[in-house]
This record gives sequence, C-alpha cells and structure tokens, in this order.
Amino acid sequence: MIILIINNVVILAGIGGFLAMLLVIADYFLANYGDCNIDINQGKKKFTVKGGSSLLSSLAEKMVFIPSACGGKGTCGLCKVKLLKEIGPVLPTEKPYLDKDELKNGVRLSCQIKVKQDIFIHIPEALFSIKKFRGKVERIIDYTYDIKGVYIKLDEPKNIEFKAGQYVQLESKKYGKVKQVVSRAYSMSSPPFEEDKIELIIRLVPDGIMTNYVHKQLHQGDDISFTGPYGEFFIRDSKADMIFVAGGSGMAPFKSILADLEKQQSKRRIVYLFGARTEKDLFLVDEMRHFEDTLADFTFIPVLSQADEDSDWKGKKGYIPPILKDYVKDPDNTEGYLCGSPGLLAVTEKEMHKLGIKNVYYDSFG
Amino acid sequence: MEINSYVIFFAAIFTSNILLTNFLGMCSYLSVSRELESSFGLGMAVFFVLTVTSALNYIIYHYILVPLDLVYLQYIVFIIVIAAFVQLAEMVIERFSPLLYYSLGIFLPLITVNCAILGVSLFLVIRQYSFIQSVAYGAGSGIGWLFAIMMLAGIRNRVKDKYLPKGMAGAAISLLATGIMALAFIGFSGVVIIQ
Repeated sequence: MIILIINNVVILAGIGGFLAMLLVIADYFLANYGDCNIDINQGKKKFTVKGGSSLLSSLAEKMVFIPSACGGKGTCGLCKVKLLKEIGPVLPTEKPYLDKDELKNGVRLSCQIKVKQDIFIHIPEALFSIKKFRGKVERIIDYTYDIKGVYIKLDEPKNIEFKAGQYVQLESKKYGKVKQVVSRAYSMSSPPFEEDKIELIIRLVPDGIMTNYVHKQLHQGDDISFTGPYGEFFIRDSKADMIFVAGGSGMAPFKSILADLEKQQSKRRIVYLFGARTEKDLFLVDEMRHFEDTLADFTFIPVLSQADEDSDWKGKKGYIPPILKDYVKDPDNTEGYLCGSPGLLAVTEKEMHKLGIKNVYYDSFG
Repeated sequence: MEINSYVIFFAAIFTSNILLTNFLGMCSYLSVSRELESSFGLGMAVFFVLTVTSALNYIIYHYILVPLDLVYLQYIVFIIVIAAFVQLAEMVIERFSPLLYYSLGIFLPLITVNCAILGVSLFLVIRQYSFIQSVAYGAGSGIGWLFAIMMLAGIRNRVKDKYLPKGMAGAAISLLATGIMALAFIGFSGVVIIQ
C-alpha cells in the first residue's frame, strides 16, 4: 500500500517537475529580450536596459522620471511619451487615454508598453530636471481628524527647485500585510523659496495603501523618498483676477501659491473658495486670514455643505458652483484655478465656462 | 479501431464537432465571441493547445500510465499537462502578438479549464485511438471549435444592432444560435460517424 502511494506521488511529481523544467527553459528563451537601447530626444540621452519590463519602469531605473499619478497601473493616463519609431499596435489598455492627434503622432502610455527592442522616444526637456529626492520626516501636523501635513527635510539632493503648484510622487515602503510599494502624487504646500524642505498635505483614504502608510506608519525621523517636481498647475503670469477653488487636501497647492504671491507682493485680485463638509473639516483658516492682511486684494471664503443646524457658523453654506457668480467681476479678465476631487472639478469647470471664464486650470485627484 | 485518420480529422470538424455535438468548452465560446478578431485568436490558441496536448497526453497515457498501472491518475495528469501547455502558449503569444495577448486577457489562462481540451484527451483514451488518430482528432476538434466560435461571432455581429425582445438579448440569443448551428451540423452526420 505504502509503495503504491509513494509510486503515485513520485510519478506525478516527476511529470510535474519535467513540465515545470520545460516551462523554465521556454521562459528563458521566450521572455528574454536581451539588452535594448533607449534613445531619448534624438541622442540627448542614451542607455541600455534589460528588456522585458515596462518603458516607465525602465526609464525610472535610469533616473528619467515620467509623471505618473497612479504609479504604472494604467489608470491616470499621465505617463505619455512620444515614440519616434513605431514599435507595434496601440493596446486596448492605452486607447481610452489617447486622442486622435496623439494616436497619429505615435504617443503611447509608457507604463503599458514593454521594452522588447530598441526604442526611440521624445519627452519634454523639463522632465530631465526631475530628480529622485531622499529626506527625513521633520514633523507631522494634524490639520483635521483625517488630514495631516508632513514636512520632509531633504538629505539628498539638499535643495529642490519648483514652481508653486507643482507636485511630487511620494514613495511608500512595505508595511504590515502590504507587500507592494506604491507611489502617489501630492502637491507641495510649502512655498518654493523654502528650498531645503517640502510640506505635503495628505488626507486619509479608507483602504488607501499610501495614505494609510503616511497616517499610521510614518513617524518623525523616518526616511522617505520621492521624485519630482511634476505638473503644469502653476499661476500664469498675467494681471487677470484669479478665482481659486479647492476642497479638502486640495488646499495644498494654494497654500504654496499664496505664500509665493505674498513674497512677490502680488497686486492681483484673488478670491479663494474652499469647500468642506462641516467646521471639523476646515483647516489653515488662520493662515488664510493672515494672507488677507498681507496680500493686496485677497479674500478667503470657506463654504460648508453640511454645517450643523445648531452650530454658530456664520459663513457661507451650500456648494461652491452656485455662488461662483457672486465673485466674478469681469469673466474675460479672470482665471480659474481648481484643485480637488474629480466631481468638484467637473461641476466647477462647467459653471466657470458658463459664466464666461475661458482660462480654467486644474489639478485633479483622479 | 480501423478508422482512417483523415476521416477522424474531418469528422471532428463537422459531424462530431466537440462544441456543437458534445457542448464542451461553452464558457469561453459564449464570452469571447463578441468580436471576430479576438474569437479567431482564442480559436487559434485552443487549436494549438488541443493539438499538442492530445499528442502529449497520448504519449504519457500509453507509455507512462498504462505500463505503471496508474491509469486512474489520468485526470490529474492530463490537467497538469494542459496547464503547462497553456502557460507555454501564453508566453508564445505575449512574445509574438502583444495585441492578441491583451485582447484575450483573462481567457487565455482560462483555456486551462476549457473542458473541450480535457474532453478530447479523455475521448481519445476511451475510443482507443492510435497516436496518429489522436493527433488528428485533437487538431480536428481544435479547428471545429475555431469554426464554431467564429461562426457565432459572425452571427452576433449581425444581430448586434437588430431589435431583440429584452429577454432574448445577450446569452439567450447566442445559445439559440448555437442550437440552430448544432442542428445544421447534424446534416453532416450521414457522411461519417466516429462515435
């Protein structure tokens, strides 16, 4: 009996082992793409990588960082690069993020295409200035029950140069049961003239890998790294009036922008509408009142959507889009800057266009 | 068995189509038949896996399991062989046709549990086919399956924009079309019988 059982097990294991060996050999020959060359901007930068991984990660390995808010999952559509030589058909996972012109010009999502041959790409020069930074957590501030501010003192390189409103990609580490390392985009809330540190404002998302890491695992003195700066969300140089609209941690870029404008002694007319649910969700109000004193023409208007009936809240109630029109003087001479959840942005942008504001810039959390 | 291998090959395509007479491999047949292109891809993958696994399983059955008197292990062994070969097919497709790889998506690994493939391996044992007959039966069944899914994809493309009563849309009309196709294939049954 025992012999029979052993016999069965040995035969099965033998067949299984043989097939597994076959697969390993096949994998070695089939999945081995050898060394591939990547050429950026016609010879500006060239290097050789091991084929088989995505273009995004191959580039990051060589310290060329393409913006990607989702960290390579193919859900944000930010990591577009232009291919100078076609490498194959556009994949169904890329199509939703590419418009007609981009399809025609060979623009692809770098997180979806794999390096299997020599690749020639074109990226904006500005991306070369994106670096990887290492630093230590200097302090963590509780702004509200679910929003924290994290100050990071830079170690390597020591200084960062960015425009107020831009963002970085923060990198998490493995913790508890979470075995994967992710990177997520957060706007700098500290002004650009504080070159040796940055502040990020991060709201806890239930089940969010990164936000749980920051809120529950990260402590003062911990090492942390990020890449950046990325993004086109900064103040356009003009004399036009500006309307800022933000919700929750969308406060971050505006805090940076306002401090920067204060230093430049800007004379522009600025209205800042900040949406929150209740008084518990408001933060940095004192700081905003301070800007009202120091800036030439700045008004901060918190708007509560679910203010308690019995609270003594005397400010605005309801939602931002319907009251926008009260603050627009001359639509042709007004710029809109929005940062917050995709829902808030979509409705606000629509309302602004309806009021005749053509220049609307936004930074979506999507 | 004295049946000519060519006869088995053509019979497997027409009279004894694995899908339309045995109704094996229905799951991916119904879910991937939305577009002609991807059904052709999946059909080719099934054809490839079927041909190779029927040969491999024949060899393993007759030269390992029978001499060692371990015939009762056939179910497990056949499945392992199929799983390994699907893995191989996956690698080949990913290397040479990334577009097909993405459009097949989850259905590629699901070929492993496509019952048409295990069914063919078990039939060739029951019907005591020789090696050549087994390969002919495997390849024929693969082509038969490819035919069936492509025909359904064509039909579904035609039906797509037509008005259908609510209860008939989707899987219901596909199953009806399959049933009518199966009836049509019975028309071939006077030609050869390999049961």
